[in-house]
Amino acid sequence: MASRLWASRAASYLRISAFNRGFASVVKDFKYADSHEWVKVEGNTAVVGITDHAQDHLGDVVYVELPEVGAAVTQGGSFGAVESVKATSDINSPVSGKVVEVNEELNNSPGLVNASPYETGWIIKVEMSDNGELKSLMDSDHYSKFCEEEDASH
Amino acid sequence: MTVPQASKVGLPLMNLVRFKGVPILKQLHLEERLLRTSSDNWCIVNDGTNAPTIVMGLSGKPSELLEVGSVLQDKVPVIKRFTGGGTVIVDPGTIFVTLICNRDSVPGVQPYPRSIMHWSGLLYNEVFEGFGDFRLHENDYVFGNRKFGGNAQSITRKRWIHHTSFLWDFEARNMAYLKLPQKAPEYRLARSHMEFVCRMKDYMTRSVFIDKTLKAMENHFSVRPVEVDVDASVHDAGFVHSTKVLMKHELEEALPISI
Repeated sequence: MASRLWASRAASYLRISAFNRGFASVVKDFKYADSHEWVKVEGNTAVVGITDHAQDHLGDVVYVELPEVGAAVTQGGSFGAVESVKATSDINSPVSGKVVEVNEELNNSPGLVNASPYETGWIIKVEMSDNGELKSLMDSDHYSKFCEEEDASH
Repeated sequence: MTVPQASKVGLPLMNLVRFKGVPILKQLHLEERLLRTSSDNWCIVNDGTNAPTIVMGLSGKPSELLEVGSVLQDKVPVIKRFTGGGTVIVDPGTIFVTLICNRDSVPGVQPYPRSIMHWSGLLYNEVFEGFGDFRLHENDYVFGNRKFGGNAQSITRKRWIHHTSFLWDFEARNMAYLKLPQKAPEYRLARSHMEFVCRMKDYMTRSVFIDKTLKAMENHFSVRPVEVDVDASVHDAGFVHSTKVLMKHELEEALPISI
């Protein structure tokens, strides 16, 4: 009981919803694309990764193909890929702009995408060209519901 | 009065392309282009490729997967393909079957690797029923505990490809170009290539296999044969392939350093 209370407080501090009826976790202040990428907005920069739902469904990630720094990305367009279970899966950018940083750690430790999808498993940082695009993304509650509906329909 | 085939009503359309002996590089270029730029469903069958070729997955490292010295000496071409998965050596005894689908065309299947793989296992259950102890086992197609089909996939926002190289026959000496991979399925149990794989020809003829595969497709899709000029696709200027042939210097860089 005490450990569950501690975990609940830790989750609250980190703004992670961890006990959402047993489904994958989401982070409250992030925005989400329907292709299961998340965005953390830091000023004009968007930090991008794939969600807990995505990493769970993909399986163990063994390789991440990263874009070059300076590459242009467009909302909904693919910018890289993850490899898991004999499959390469596109990673799509939730926003348009220019890649200003990539997570080089993923070259040596692709499993960070599974172990820490919202923190050390981040994939790229994008200098956004149109902050207005964020309005078309889902908030955490909407995304959680989206994931439930998607899983239920299969 | 003709009674429409109820099983065909409402099935999604699938274009069927049949080749024989097409070089694997051309096949992969066509597949990647169709995945990325077409909105149709496709089944491609290539009954043998023209020459022995090594094909690695997207993240494959030659130094880990190949006996690079022998590969260079014997000038065996090495391709890195756009899908995931492991390394194979293909030749005229390999039969290729590829499915490229809109995710909405296979609604019971989530666009994730394990879901697609599971569905493919059900499809091929229909093909191999009565021909051997077939199953999908740790993402391989096996008879008993011996692999005869290797799979790989690529998944985009709205579409996916699942392609398989079937070992209808193979040259034992070609297997010597491949190292025992570090990441091997558990059921391999450190067996050598020759103890791990088996030949489909011991179970069925090429034509029976292809006919039964197409019959199984017809249970899920409304299949229509189409002609495709595989050479035309290679020169499609609007598309950049990620499948590529490794250059000699790239293989030389993978040679072990001799002290």
